[in-house]
Amino acid sequence: MAEAPRSAVQGASALEIRGLCKEYRRGVPVLRDINIAIARRGITAVIGPSGTGKSTLIRCINRLVEPTAGQILFDGLDLARLRGRALREARRRIGMVFQEYNLVERLTVMENVLSGRLGYVSPFKAWLRKYPKQDIEAAFELLDTVGLTQFANQRADALSGGQRQRVGIARAVMQRPELLLADEPTSSLDPKTSVEIMELMVSIAERRNIPVILNIHNVPLARRCANHGIGMSGGSIVYDGPPAGLTDEHLKRIYGGEDWLE
Amino acid sequence: MISGQGRAQAARQRPPAFLPNWPARLAWIALAAYAIYAASLLDVTWERFVIGLENGVKFVGRMLPPDTEADKMTLMLRGLYETLEIAVISSALGILISLPIGLLAARNLMPAWVTWPVRLFVALCRSFHQVIIAIVFVKAVGFGALAGILALTVASIGFIAKLFAEAIEEISLKQVEAIRATGASFLNVITYGVMPQVLTRFVGFATYQFDSNLRNSTMVGIVGAGGIGGTMFAAFQKFDYDFLLTILLAIIAMIMLSETLQNWTKKLYQ
Repeated sequence: MAEAPRSAVQGASALEIRGLCKEYRRGVPVLRDINIAIARRGITAVIGPSGTGKSTLIRCINRLVEPTAGQILFDGLDLARLRGRALREARRRIGMVFQEYNLVERLTVMENVLSGRLGYVSPFKAWLRKYPKQDIEAAFELLDTVGLTQFANQRADALSGGQRQRVGIARAVMQRPELLLADEPTSSLDPKTSVEIMELMVSIAERRNIPVILNIHNVPLARRCANHGIGMSGGSIVYDGPPAGLTDEHLKRIYGGEDWLE
Repeated sequence: MISGQGRAQAARQRPPAFLPNWPARLAWIALAAYAIYAASLLDVTWERFVIGLENGVKFVGRMLPPDTEADKMTLMLRGLYETLEIAVISSALGILISLPIGLLAARNLMPAWVTWPVRLFVALCRSFHQVIIAIVFVKAVGFGALAGILALTVASIGFIAKLFAEAIEEISLKQVEAIRATGASFLNVITYGVMPQVLTRFVGFATYQFDSNLRNSTMVGIVGAGGIGGTMFAAFQKFDYDFLLTILLAIIAMIMLSETLQNWTKKLYQ
Protein backbone atom coordinates (compact mmCIF):
# COMPACT_ATOMS: atom_id res chain seq x y z
CA MET A 1 0.00 0.00 0.00
CA ALA A 2 1.27 3.48 0.86
CA GLU A 3 4.57 2.51 2.47
CA ALA A 4 6.92 2.83 -0.47
CA PRO A 5 8.19 6.43 -0.55
CA ARG A 6 8.88 6.77 3.15
CA SER A 7 11.57 4.12 3.42
CA ALA A 8 13.44 5.97 0.69
CA VAL A 9 13.74 9.08 2.85
CA GLN A 10 16.98 8.92 4.79
CA GLY A 11 18.19 10.34 8.03
CA ALA A 12 15.71 12.51 9.82
CA SER A 13 13.40 11.11 12.51
CA ALA A 14 9.71 10.37 12.01
CA LEU A 15 8.99 12.52 15.02
CA GLU A 16 11.05 14.80 17.16
CA ILE A 17 9.83 16.22 20.44
CA ARG A 18 11.67 19.22 21.85
CA GLY A 19 11.19 20.77 25.25
CA LEU A 20 7.61 19.54 25.58
CA CYS A 21 5.84 20.67 28.76
CA LYS A 22 2.25 20.17 29.85
CA GLU A 23 0.43 21.63 32.82
CA TYR A 24 -3.25 20.82 33.28
CA ARG A 25 -3.21 23.26 36.20
CA ARG A 26 -0.81 26.17 36.42
CA GLY A 27 2.34 25.30 38.34
CA VAL A 28 1.58 21.55 38.37
CA PRO A 29 3.60 20.15 35.45
CA VAL A 30 2.65 16.68 34.21
CA LEU A 31 5.33 16.66 31.54
CA ARG A 32 8.65 18.41 32.20
CA ASP A 33 10.91 19.27 29.29
CA ILE A 34 10.51 16.11 27.22
CA ASN A 35 13.05 15.60 24.41
CA ILE A 36 12.79 12.49 22.24
CA ALA A 37 13.51 11.48 18.66
CA ILE A 38 11.50 8.63 17.13
CA ALA A 39 13.12 6.70 14.26
CA ARG A 40 11.36 6.27 10.93
CA ARG A 41 10.74 2.64 11.66
CA GLY A 42 10.41 0.43 14.67
CA ILE A 43 8.48 0.28 17.90
CA THR A 44 9.05 2.74 20.71
CA ALA A 45 7.72 1.63 24.09
CA VAL A 46 7.14 4.20 26.82
CA ILE A 47 7.06 2.67 30.29
CA GLY A 48 6.48 4.24 33.66
CA PRO A 49 4.11 4.18 36.63
CA SER A 50 0.47 5.26 36.37
CA GLY A 51 -0.04 8.99 36.47
CA THR A 52 3.43 9.84 35.26
CA GLY A 53 2.27 11.49 32.04
CA LYS A 54 2.68 8.69 29.49
CA SER A 55 -0.85 9.12 28.16
CA THR A 56 -0.50 12.88 28.17
CA LEU A 57 2.71 12.57 26.16
CA ILE A 58 1.04 10.38 23.51
CA ARG A 59 -2.04 12.61 23.37
CA CYS A 60 0.03 15.76 22.96
CA ILE A 61 1.37 14.33 19.70
CA ASN A 62 -2.01 14.25 17.94
CA ARG A 63 -3.26 17.15 20.04
CA LEU A 64 -6.08 15.38 21.86
CA VAL A 65 -4.30 17.18 24.68
CA GLU A 66 -2.96 20.73 24.22
CA PRO A 67 0.77 21.03 25.01
CA THR A 68 1.71 23.97 27.23
CA ALA A 69 5.12 24.53 25.65
CA GLY A 70 7.59 22.90 23.29
CA GLN A 71 7.75 21.61 19.75
CA ILE A 72 6.54 18.38 18.19
CA LEU A 73 8.18 18.12 14.77
CA PHE A 74 6.53 15.78 12.30
CA ASP A 75 7.66 15.91 8.69
CA GLY A 76 8.66 19.55 8.95
CA LEU A 77 5.44 20.55 10.72
CA ASP A 78 5.31 21.69 14.33
CA LEU A 79 2.22 19.77 15.49
CA ALA A 80 2.07 21.88 18.64
CA ARG A 81 1.31 25.00 16.57
CA LEU A 82 -1.25 23.64 14.11
CA ARG A 83 -4.86 24.78 14.12
CA GLY A 84 -8.09 24.06 12.27
CA ARG A 85 -7.73 22.47 8.87
CA ALA A 86 -3.96 22.03 9.09
CA LEU A 87 -4.35 20.19 12.39
CA ARG A 88 -7.02 17.88 10.94
CA GLU A 89 -4.82 17.15 7.94
CA ALA A 90 -1.91 16.27 10.23
CA ARG A 91 -4.17 14.11 12.42
CA ARG A 92 -5.28 11.97 9.52
CA ARG A 93 -1.63 11.02 8.94
CA ILE A 94 -1.34 9.77 12.53
CA GLY A 95 -3.27 6.68 13.63
CA MET A 96 -4.24 6.01 17.22
CA VAL A 97 -5.14 2.89 19.17
CA PHE A 98 -6.81 3.40 22.56
CA GLN A 99 -6.75 1.54 25.87
CA GLU A 100 -10.52 1.07 25.89
CA TYR A 101 -10.69 0.63 22.11
CA ASN A 102 -12.97 3.72 21.75
CA LEU A 103 -15.00 2.13 18.99
CA VAL A 104 -18.33 3.70 18.12
CA GLU A 105 -20.39 1.04 19.86
CA ARG A 106 -23.53 1.32 17.79
CA LEU A 107 -21.81 1.24 14.43
CA THR A 108 -20.82 -1.96 12.68
CA VAL A 109 -17.28 -3.29 12.51
CA MET A 110 -17.06 -2.18 8.87
CA GLU A 111 -18.29 1.33 9.69
CA ASN A 112 -15.77 1.56 12.50
CA VAL A 113 -12.91 0.48 10.26
CA LEU A 114 -13.98 2.89 7.52
CA SER A 115 -14.18 5.73 10.02
CA GLY A 116 -10.40 5.74 9.66
CA ARG A 117 -11.04 7.48 6.32
CA LEU A 118 -13.24 10.24 7.76
CA GLY A 119 -10.47 12.78 7.28
CA TYR A 120 -10.82 12.30 3.52
CA VAL A 121 -14.55 11.78 2.97
CA SER A 122 -17.10 14.61 2.84
CA PRO A 123 -19.80 14.61 5.57
CA PHE A 124 -22.61 13.92 3.13
CA LYS A 125 -20.84 10.96 1.53
CA ALA A 126 -19.76 9.65 4.92
CA TRP A 127 -23.33 9.87 6.16
CA LEU A 128 -24.60 7.94 3.13
CA ARG A 129 -21.70 5.45 3.51
CA LYS A 130 -20.51 6.35 0.00
CA TYR A 131 -16.84 5.50 0.51
CA PRO A 132 -14.51 5.16 -2.47
CA LYS A 133 -14.31 1.58 -3.72
CA GLN A 134 -10.62 1.24 -2.91
CA ASP A 135 -11.32 2.23 0.71
CA ILE A 136 -13.90 -0.52 1.08
CA GLU A 137 -11.49 -2.93 -0.59
CA ALA A 138 -8.72 -1.88 1.82
CA ALA A 139 -11.08 -2.23 4.79
CA PHE A 140 -11.91 -5.80 3.80
CA GLU A 141 -8.21 -6.59 3.41
CA LEU A 142 -7.55 -5.22 6.89
CA LEU A 143 -10.42 -7.22 8.33
CA ASP A 144 -8.87 -10.31 6.74
CA THR A 145 -5.55 -9.44 8.36
CA VAL A 146 -7.06 -9.03 11.83
CA GLY A 147 -9.29 -12.08 11.29
CA LEU A 148 -12.69 -10.40 11.60
CA THR A 149 -14.07 -10.59 8.06
CA GLN A 150 -17.09 -12.57 9.24
CA PHE A 151 -17.89 -9.81 11.76
CA ALA A 152 -18.00 -6.98 9.21
CA ASN A 153 -21.72 -6.35 9.69
CA GLN A 154 -21.84 -6.97 13.43
CA ARG A 155 -22.17 -4.04 15.76
CA ALA A 156 -19.01 -3.19 17.70
CA ASP A 157 -20.79 -3.67 21.03
CA ALA A 158 -21.28 -7.35 20.19
CA LEU A 159 -17.52 -8.03 20.18
CA SER A 160 -15.17 -9.23 22.92
CA GLY A 161 -12.32 -7.03 24.19
CA GLY A 162 -9.68 -8.65 22.00
CA GLN A 163 -11.89 -8.42 18.92
CA ARG A 164 -12.64 -4.77 19.64
CA GLN A 165 -8.98 -3.93 19.85
CA ARG A 166 -8.43 -5.68 16.51
CA VAL A 167 -11.05 -3.36 15.05
CA GLY A 168 -9.31 -0.44 16.78
CA ILE A 169 -6.03 -1.40 15.12
CA ALA A 170 -7.73 -1.83 11.73
CA ARG A 171 -9.34 1.62 12.06
CA ALA A 172 -6.00 3.25 12.86
CA VAL A 173 -4.17 1.46 10.01
CA MET A 174 -7.05 2.33 7.67
CA GLN A 175 -5.80 5.93 7.82
CA ARG A 176 -2.61 4.72 6.06
CA PRO A 177 -0.78 6.55 8.83
CA GLU A 178 2.84 7.64 8.83
CA LEU A 179 2.91 7.21 12.61
CA LEU A 180 0.89 4.98 14.90
CA LEU A 181 0.20 5.97 18.51
CA ALA A 182 -1.05 3.39 20.97
CA ASP A 183 -2.18 4.45 24.43
CA GLU A 184 -1.90 1.34 26.62
CA PRO A 185 -3.41 -0.84 23.90
CA THR A 186 -3.38 -4.01 25.99
CA SER A 187 -4.14 -2.76 29.51
CA SER A 188 -7.81 -3.78 29.33
CA LEU A 189 -7.07 -7.26 27.98
CA ASP A 190 -6.16 -10.60 29.56
CA PRO A 191 -2.46 -11.66 29.42
CA LYS A 192 -2.82 -14.05 26.49
CA THR A 193 -4.90 -11.64 24.39
CA SER A 194 -2.46 -8.86 25.29
CA VAL A 195 0.39 -10.73 23.68
CA GLU A 196 -1.70 -11.60 20.61
CA ILE A 197 -2.84 -8.01 20.13
CA MET A 198 0.65 -6.67 20.61
CA GLU A 199 2.08 -9.10 18.10
CA LEU A 200 -0.66 -8.29 15.61
CA MET A 201 -0.04 -4.56 15.92
CA VAL A 202 3.73 -4.95 15.66
CA SER A 203 3.53 -7.23 12.63
CA ILE A 204 1.12 -4.91 10.76
CA ALA A 205 3.28 -1.90 11.58
CA GLU A 206 6.48 -3.61 10.46
CA ARG A 207 4.95 -4.88 7.24
CA ARG A 208 3.76 -1.40 6.37
CA ASN A 209 6.80 0.42 7.75
CA ILE A 210 4.77 2.47 10.20
CA PRO A 211 6.72 3.66 13.24
CA VAL A 212 4.82 3.02 16.49
CA ILE A 213 4.88 4.82 19.83
CA LEU A 214 3.10 2.93 22.56
CA ASN A 215 2.54 3.18 26.30
CA ILE A 216 2.74 -0.05 28.14
CA HIS A 217 2.77 -1.31 31.71
CA ASN A 218 3.96 -4.79 30.88
CA VAL A 219 7.78 -4.46 30.98
CA PRO A 220 8.60 -7.96 29.66
CA LEU A 221 6.20 -7.43 26.74
CA ALA A 222 7.83 -4.07 26.03
CA ARG A 223 11.28 -5.65 26.04
CA ARG A 224 10.06 -8.36 23.69
CA CYS A 225 8.33 -6.17 21.10
CA ALA A 226 10.05 -2.81 21.10
CA ASN A 227 13.37 -1.73 19.71
CA HIS A 228 13.41 1.61 21.50
CA GLY A 229 12.56 2.03 25.17
CA ILE A 230 11.70 5.22 27.00
CA GLY A 231 11.37 5.21 30.78
CA MET A 232 9.37 7.98 32.42
CA SER A 233 9.03 8.95 36.04
CA GLY A 234 7.45 12.02 37.55
CA GLY A 235 6.86 13.61 34.16
CA SER A 236 10.48 13.37 33.03
CA ILE A 237 12.41 10.95 30.89
CA VAL A 238 14.80 8.82 32.94
CA TYR A 239 15.79 6.28 30.29
CA ASP A 240 16.10 6.53 26.52
CA GLY A 241 17.76 3.68 24.68
CA PRO A 242 17.43 0.08 23.56
CA PRO A 243 14.88 -1.87 25.65
CA ALA A 244 17.50 -4.51 26.44
CA GLY A 245 19.44 -1.82 28.29
CA LEU A 246 16.57 -1.36 30.77
CA THR A 247 18.06 -2.94 33.87
CA ASP A 248 16.43 -3.64 37.22
CA GLU A 249 18.33 -0.60 38.43
CA HIS A 250 16.45 1.55 35.92
CA LEU A 251 13.12 -0.07 36.78
CA LYS A 252 13.74 0.70 40.44
CA ARG A 253 14.28 4.33 39.53
CA ILE A 254 11.21 4.41 37.27
CA TYR A 255 8.69 2.64 39.47
CA GLY A 256 10.31 3.12 42.88
CA GLY A 257 10.99 0.38 45.43
CA GLU A 258 12.15 -3.08 44.48
CA ASP A 259 9.92 -5.59 46.25
CA TRP A 260 7.77 -5.97 43.13
CA LEU A 261 10.79 -7.01 41.06
CA GLU A 262 11.18 -10.31 42.95
CA MET B 1 -2.75 -10.25 66.29
CA ILE B 2 -4.82 -7.43 67.69
CA SER B 3 -5.55 -7.62 71.40
CA GLY B 4 -9.11 -7.33 72.73
CA GLN B 5 -8.38 -3.88 74.06
CA GLY B 6 -6.84 -2.79 70.76
CA ARG B 7 -9.88 -4.00 68.84
CA ALA B 8 -12.23 -2.05 71.12
CA GLN B 9 -10.16 1.07 70.55
CA ALA B 10 -10.21 0.52 66.76
CA ALA B 11 -14.02 0.21 66.87
CA ARG B 12 -14.28 3.55 68.68
CA GLN B 13 -12.18 5.28 66.03
CA ARG B 14 -14.23 4.06 63.08
CA PRO B 15 -16.67 6.45 61.43
CA PRO B 16 -20.37 5.40 61.20
CA ALA B 17 -20.99 3.11 58.24
CA PHE B 18 -23.84 5.24 56.87
CA LEU B 19 -24.25 8.98 57.45
CA PRO B 20 -27.81 10.26 57.99
CA ASN B 21 -28.94 12.84 55.42
CA TRP B 22 -30.75 15.31 57.70
CA PRO B 23 -31.61 18.01 55.12
CA ALA B 24 -33.33 15.39 52.92
CA ARG B 25 -35.23 13.94 55.88
CA LEU B 26 -36.46 17.40 56.93
CA ALA B 27 -37.54 18.15 53.36
CA TRP B 28 -39.63 14.94 53.22
CA ILE B 29 -41.25 15.72 56.60
CA ALA B 30 -42.07 19.27 55.45
CA LEU B 31 -43.58 17.97 52.22
CA ALA B 32 -45.77 15.46 54.06
CA ALA B 33 -46.91 18.12 56.54
CA TYR B 34 -47.85 20.54 53.76
CA ALA B 35 -49.77 17.84 51.85
CA ILE B 36 -51.87 17.08 54.96
CA TYR B 37 -52.48 20.80 55.62
CA ALA B 38 -53.44 21.47 51.97
CA ALA B 39 -55.84 18.51 51.94
CA SER B 40 -57.55 19.84 55.08
CA LEU B 41 -58.33 23.14 53.25
CA LEU B 42 -60.09 21.43 50.36
CA ASP B 43 -63.32 20.64 52.20
CA VAL B 44 -63.58 17.11 50.83
CA THR B 45 -66.54 15.37 52.51
CA TRP B 46 -68.22 12.00 52.10
CA GLU B 47 -71.50 13.74 51.22
CA ARG B 48 -69.97 15.58 48.30
CA PHE B 49 -68.43 12.35 47.08
CA VAL B 50 -71.81 10.55 47.09
CA ILE B 51 -73.58 13.41 45.23
CA GLY B 52 -70.75 13.49 42.70
CA LEU B 53 -71.11 9.76 42.15
CA GLU B 54 -74.84 10.22 41.36
CA ASN B 55 -74.06 13.00 38.86
CA GLY B 56 -71.47 10.79 37.27
CA VAL B 57 -73.95 7.95 36.77
CA LYS B 58 -76.45 10.36 35.15
CA PHE B 59 -73.73 11.77 32.86
CA VAL B 60 -72.59 8.34 31.71
CA GLY B 61 -76.24 7.30 31.21
CA ARG B 62 -76.80 10.20 28.82
CA MET B 63 -73.66 9.26 26.86
CA LEU B 64 -74.99 5.83 25.99
CA PRO B 65 -75.43 4.66 23.32
CA PRO B 66 -72.80 6.57 21.29
CA ASP B 67 -74.22 8.68 18.45
CA THR B 68 -73.28 7.21 15.05
CA GLU B 69 -75.51 9.26 12.70
CA ALA B 70 -73.94 9.74 9.26
CA ASP B 71 -73.67 13.56 9.37
CA LYS B 72 -72.15 13.42 12.87
CA MET B 73 -69.64 10.82 11.70
CA THR B 74 -68.58 12.99 8.75
CA LEU B 75 -68.15 15.92 11.12
CA MET B 76 -66.04 13.79 13.46
CA LEU B 77 -63.90 12.25 10.74
CA ARG B 78 -63.17 15.68 9.30
CA GLY B 79 -62.10 16.85 12.77
CA LEU B 80 -59.99 13.76 13.36
CA TYR B 81 -58.29 14.14 10.03
CA GLU B 82 -57.39 17.73 10.83
CA THR B 83 -56.09 16.67 14.24
CA LEU B 84 -53.88 14.05 12.65
CA GLU B 85 -52.65 16.63 10.15
CA ILE B 86 -51.74 19.07 12.92
CA ALA B 87 -49.94 16.34 14.87
CA VAL B 88 -47.93 15.01 11.92
CA ILE B 89 -46.86 18.38 10.51
CA SER B 90 -46.02 19.94 13.88
CA SER B 91 -44.04 16.85 14.94
CA ALA B 92 -42.09 16.74 11.68
CA LEU B 93 -41.30 20.46 11.82
CA GLY B 94 -40.54 20.38 15.52
CA ILE B 95 -38.20 17.37 15.24
CA LEU B 96 -36.40 18.81 12.21
CA ILE B 97 -35.79 22.16 13.90
CA SER B 98 -34.86 20.51 17.22
CA LEU B 99 -31.96 18.56 15.72
CA PRO B 100 -29.61 21.50 15.10
CA ILE B 101 -30.94 23.41 18.10
CA GLY B 102 -30.34 20.48 20.44
CA LEU B 103 -26.82 20.12 19.08
CA LEU B 104 -26.11 23.81 19.65
CA ALA B 105 -27.42 23.54 23.21
CA ALA B 106 -25.14 20.61 24.21
CA ARG B 107 -22.59 21.97 26.64
CA ASN B 108 -20.03 19.24 26.02
CA LEU B 109 -19.71 20.08 22.32
CA MET B 110 -20.36 23.83 22.14
CA PRO B 111 -18.80 26.82 23.87
CA ALA B 112 -20.84 28.63 26.52
CA TRP B 113 -21.52 31.68 24.32
CA VAL B 114 -23.44 29.39 21.94
CA THR B 115 -25.26 27.21 24.45
CA TRP B 116 -26.55 30.05 26.65
CA PRO B 117 -28.68 31.92 24.10
CA VAL B 118 -29.87 28.63 22.55
CA ARG B 119 -30.87 27.26 25.94
CA LEU B 120 -32.70 30.48 26.71
CA PHE B 121 -34.66 30.15 23.45
CA VAL B 122 -35.54 26.52 24.22
CA ALA B 123 -36.66 27.42 27.73
CA LEU B 124 -38.85 30.16 26.28
CA CYS B 125 -40.48 27.66 23.91
CA ARG B 126 -41.21 25.41 26.86
CA SER B 127 -42.41 28.00 29.35
CA PHE B 128 -46.09 28.15 28.29
CA HIS B 129 -48.69 25.46 27.87
CA GLN B 130 -49.59 24.55 24.29
CA VAL B 131 -53.08 26.00 24.68
CA ILE B 132 -51.69 29.38 25.69
CA ILE B 133 -49.29 29.39 22.73
CA ALA B 134 -52.24 28.35 20.53
CA ILE B 135 -54.26 31.37 21.71
CA VAL B 136 -51.38 33.64 20.69
CA PHE B 137 -51.16 32.02 17.25
CA VAL B 138 -54.93 32.16 16.73
CA LYS B 139 -54.65 35.92 17.29
CA ALA B 140 -51.70 36.09 14.92
CA VAL B 141 -52.77 33.91 11.97
CA GLY B 142 -56.50 33.47 12.59
CA PHE B 143 -58.68 30.46 13.37
CA GLY B 144 -57.80 27.08 11.92
CA ALA B 145 -55.22 24.34 11.69
CA LEU B 146 -52.27 26.64 10.89
CA ALA B 147 -52.46 28.16 14.38
CA GLY B 148 -52.48 24.67 15.90
CA ILE B 149 -49.53 23.53 13.79
CA LEU B 150 -47.45 26.56 14.76
CA ALA B 151 -48.33 26.26 18.44
CA LEU B 152 -47.44 22.58 18.65
CA THR B 153 -44.26 23.08 16.63
CA VAL B 154 -43.05 25.64 19.16
CA ALA B 155 -43.98 23.33 22.03
CA SER B 156 -42.20 20.40 20.35
CA ILE B 157 -38.99 22.41 20.02
CA GLY B 158 -39.18 23.26 23.70
CA PHE B 159 -39.22 19.61 24.67
CA ILE B 160 -37.25 17.69 22.06
CA ALA B 161 -34.40 20.18 21.77
CA LYS B 162 -33.93 20.07 25.55
CA LEU B 163 -34.07 16.27 25.77
CA PHE B 164 -31.83 15.93 22.74
CA ALA B 165 -29.24 18.29 24.23
CA GLU B 166 -29.31 16.31 27.48
CA ALA B 167 -28.85 13.04 25.59
CA ILE B 168 -25.83 14.49 23.79
CA GLU B 169 -24.38 15.69 27.07
CA GLU B 170 -24.42 12.10 28.35
CA ILE B 171 -22.55 10.48 25.45
CA SER B 172 -19.18 8.80 25.80
CA LEU B 173 -16.53 11.29 24.73
CA LYS B 174 -14.08 8.43 24.14
CA GLN B 175 -15.88 7.52 20.94
CA VAL B 176 -15.88 11.17 19.88
CA GLU B 177 -12.18 11.45 20.68
CA ALA B 178 -11.38 8.45 18.49
CA ILE B 179 -13.20 9.98 15.52
CA ARG B 180 -11.48 13.32 16.14
CA ALA B 181 -8.12 11.53 16.14
CA THR B 182 -8.70 10.33 12.57
CA GLY B 183 -8.67 13.95 11.40
CA ALA B 184 -12.41 13.98 10.72
CA SER B 185 -14.12 17.32 10.13
CA PHE B 186 -16.59 18.66 12.69
CA LEU B 187 -19.59 17.39 10.73
CA ASN B 188 -18.04 13.95 10.36
CA VAL B 189 -17.38 13.88 14.10
CA ILE B 190 -21.09 14.63 14.62
CA THR B 191 -22.37 11.99 12.17
CA TYR B 192 -19.97 9.25 13.32
CA GLY B 193 -19.00 10.09 16.89
CA VAL B 194 -22.18 11.68 18.24
CA MET B 195 -25.27 10.65 16.24
CA PRO B 196 -24.88 6.87 16.54
CA GLN B 197 -24.74 7.27 20.31
CA VAL B 198 -27.96 9.28 20.56
CA LEU B 199 -30.02 8.00 17.62
CA THR B 200 -32.14 5.46 19.53
CA ARG B 201 -32.89 7.95 22.26
CA PHE B 202 -33.70 10.58 19.70
CA VAL B 203 -36.15 8.25 17.96
CA GLY B 204 -37.68 7.60 21.38
CA PHE B 205 -38.12 11.35 22.04
CA ALA B 206 -39.52 11.92 18.57
CA THR B 207 -42.16 9.19 18.81
CA TYR B 208 -43.06 10.31 22.32
CA GLN B 209 -43.46 13.87 21.09
CA PHE B 210 -45.65 12.68 18.23
CA ASP B 211 -47.87 10.88 20.71
CA SER B 212 -47.95 13.96 22.89
CA ASN B 213 -48.75 16.18 19.87
CA LEU B 214 -51.56 13.88 18.87
CA ARG B 215 -53.18 14.32 22.29
CA ASN B 216 -52.42 18.03 22.42
CA SER B 217 -53.84 18.57 18.94
CA THR B 218 -57.20 17.35 20.26
CA MET B 219 -56.93 20.20 22.81
CA VAL B 220 -55.95 23.22 20.76
CA GLY B 221 -59.28 23.08 18.91
CA ILE B 222 -60.97 24.36 22.05
CA VAL B 223 -59.36 27.76 21.51
CA GLY B 224 -60.05 27.66 17.77
CA ALA B 225 -56.73 26.34 16.51
CA GLY B 226 -58.22 23.50 14.46
CA GLY B 227 -58.79 19.80 14.94
CA ILE B 228 -61.32 17.60 16.71
CA GLY B 229 -61.14 19.73 19.89
CA GLY B 230 -63.52 22.33 18.46
CA THR B 231 -66.11 19.70 17.56
CA MET B 232 -65.74 18.08 20.97
CA PHE B 233 -66.13 21.38 22.82
CA ALA B 234 -69.27 22.20 20.82
CA ALA B 235 -70.75 18.77 21.68
CA PHE B 236 -70.08 19.49 25.36
CA GLN B 237 -71.82 22.83 25.26
CA LYS B 238 -74.83 21.49 23.38
CA PHE B 239 -75.18 18.63 25.91
CA ASP B 240 -74.63 16.23 22.98
CA TYR B 241 -73.13 13.70 25.36
CA ASP B 242 -73.78 10.69 23.09
CA PHE B 243 -71.83 12.35 20.26
CA LEU B 244 -69.15 13.28 22.80
CA LEU B 245 -68.74 9.59 23.62
CA THR B 246 -68.29 8.76 19.92
CA ILE B 247 -65.52 11.37 19.70
CA LEU B 248 -63.84 10.13 22.87
CA LEU B 249 -63.86 6.54 21.62
CA ALA B 250 -62.40 7.66 18.29
CA ILE B 251 -59.62 9.55 20.07
CA ILE B 252 -58.84 6.50 22.21
CA ALA B 253 -58.64 4.34 19.09
CA MET B 254 -56.34 6.87 17.41
CA ILE B 255 -53.99 7.01 20.42
CA MET B 256 -53.81 3.21 20.60
CA LEU B 257 -53.02 3.06 16.91
CA SER B 258 -50.26 5.61 17.41
CA GLU B 259 -48.90 3.52 20.29
CA THR B 260 -48.59 0.51 17.99
CA LEU B 261 -46.91 2.66 15.38
CA GLN B 262 -44.44 3.95 17.99
CA ASN B 263 -43.42 0.49 19.13
CA TRP B 264 -42.94 -0.52 15.55
CA THR B 265 -40.78 2.55 14.83
CA LYS B 266 -38.62 1.97 17.90
CA LYS B 267 -37.96 -1.61 16.83
CA LEU B 268 -36.56 -0.31 13.54
CA TYR B 269 -33.83 1.59 15.44
CA GLN B 270 -32.19 -0.38 18.18
